[in-house]
Amino acid sequence: MATAAIAAAPATAVTAPRLKVGAVTAGLALILLTTAAASLSLGASGLLPWELFSRDLSPAERAILLDIRLPRLLLGALVGASLAVSGALMQGLFRNPLADPGLVGVGAGAGLGAVVAIVLGGLMPAAIHAATGMYLVPLFAFFGGWATTLILYRVASLRGQTSIATMLLAGIVLGALAGAATGVLVYLADDNQLRDLTFWGLGSLAGANWTKLAAAAPILIAGLALSPLLARGLNAMALGEGVARHLGVPVEGVKRGAILIVAAMTGASVAVSGGIGFVGIVVPHILRLAIGPDHRSLLPTAALFGAALLIAADTVSRLVVSPAELPIGIIMALIGAPVFLWILLARRATMEI
Amino acid sequence: MSRLLLATALALLPLTAAAQDRVLSIGGSVSEIVYALGQEGRLVGRDTTSTYPAAVEALPDVGYMRALSPEGVLSVSPDLILMEAGAGPAETLATLEGAGVKIVTIPGADSPEGVEAKVQAVAAALGQEARGAELAARIEAETAAALATVAAQPGPKPRVLFVLGNSGGRLTGAGSDTSAAAMIALAGGVNAIEGFAGYKALTDEAVAAAAPDIILAMESSEGPGMPGDDPLYAHAALAATPAGQAKRVVRMPGMFLLGFGPRTPEAILALNAALYAKGN
Repeated sequence: MATAAIAAAPATAVTAPRLKVGAVTAGLALILLTTAAASLSLGASGLLPWELFSRDLSPAERAILLDIRLPRLLLGALVGASLAVSGALMQGLFRNPLADPGLVGVGAGAGLGAVVAIVLGGLMPAAIHAATGMYLVPLFAFFGGWATTLILYRVASLRGQTSIATMLLAGIVLGALAGAATGVLVYLADDNQLRDLTFWGLGSLAGANWTKLAAAAPILIAGLALSPLLARGLNAMALGEGVARHLGVPVEGVKRGAILIVAAMTGASVAVSGGIGFVGIVVPHILRLAIGPDHRSLLPTAALFGAALLIAADTVSRLVVSPAELPIGIIMALIGAPVFLWILLARRATMEI
Repeated sequence: MSRLLLATALALLPLTAAAQDRVLSIGGSVSEIVYALGQEGRLVGRDTTSTYPAAVEALPDVGYMRALSPEGVLSVSPDLILMEAGAGPAETLATLEGAGVKIVTIPGADSPEGVEAKVQAVAAALGQEARGAELAARIEAETAAALATVAAQPGPKPRVLFVLGNSGGRLTGAGSDTSAAAMIALAGGVNAIEGFAGYKALTDEAVAAAAPDIILAMESSEGPGMPGDDPLYAHAALAATPAGQAKRVVRMPGMFLLGFGPRTPEAILALNAALYAKGN
């Protein structure tokens, strides 16, 4: 009963924003399609997608369109959507607009996993190498992120209750611990490994291929599909856990769901693309300013916006220094940081953080 | 007659084209070897580490050798990629091979014999075995001459500290198993740092204990640094060492000194002359 009441209340009270949400969603879908088309058409080689049908392409040209740009576009869209939705979920869960997936230790854990694989990979048994091939680093990053989040969740949970405050603090502690372990490994690393570490940390979609897409897509799509189920619960939790519980929201279930979805999506994203920041903070922020904090509209629009933003940034990253390319993390920070600062300055009077 | 020759030449053109006429060179020493073999006309691109000879910088740069992107590489339409060992990442190489590009990995080297192996590998990949053997023999002879000059230097071997970086006063030095240590040994010096392998941060005490007679460092562009006015003199621990007292910092271009390419014999001689220079 109570859930039905929550669902009904905003719907009747805010009809005008509904129109706005529709317009924003349509606009974002259009932007996403445009950036996707640009991403397929622009690249160092100057090939255009329709040449696939208009003339006979060499194997290398076919590979550029079908094995490089296409999986890269799809992976970029899924990673961008996942990072933006993860950010929105975390900000809802922590009731703090500055929360990001890093708070549940995914970033630090994934980073540690990646560093372990890069630095100690050579010492691992041949059987592991045979099984993982060149995907040792992504696999370790994924499991590192996932394991850190589960440990954090256990630490913060007592008798079926998860304390968000404990989780926040434990997350900082675990992050520091993972950072220290990473530091030890960085010290042990040789010259070439250090370079690999640096580039991994800056993030890139340059390694995208169908294998990576096939491995990450099920996790990312499942996370994106499940996240809207949490929207109502997160809306209620904005009023505080106690109130949400009285409204009949299964608070513990919402927390568990949000944490697990974020860990899976961020872990998989970081594993295939390295460290890409800012999407998770900037995207939900801009959308909250545009359409308000209702998670039912925030989560799907964040997915669209995040996908479009990452695809756009990736396209820029491979054009600016073509035929070489800049790591996407640099582009995201270059775009994200000033925009974020501008929002802060513009809204200083009205927004409280 | 000349027409006949022209016709023959034209008929032969497709044949030469089939022997990989669009070569992408990844790795500074590999590019140097391609030039030394006189095959630069076949190059269509290079990586960021390929900076010598200066003409190579006119070619499109496909990025840093350990962070190559597949489309950037394919955009110069190479049919052969000469790649120094360690280039990557592996996903990019797999995609490139999937696109039907031939990739030849050139072994890395930190010895004169390794340079000759590199030259022969590049020459074989380019179908220039004869020129390769000639160049390898020339490098071998030059190396032997350089090493003879080194052996003829009188006096004790100077202790040399190779400084890779000096960020915020924290020095990164070269331990054993580095190309810097190999060059120091070849040029008749003793590596002042012992006890670890690779390039590592040095504590001030380790710098003092190393007691180098000469500090060796890289310069970013070609040409000699300014003697007596090196930023390294400002480092407290370095200033207290014999090298710091005598103001003996030797700077050389990184690729020339540590690249282990065709210029290595020349680098051995240059470093040897700098190490044994009087009243520097």
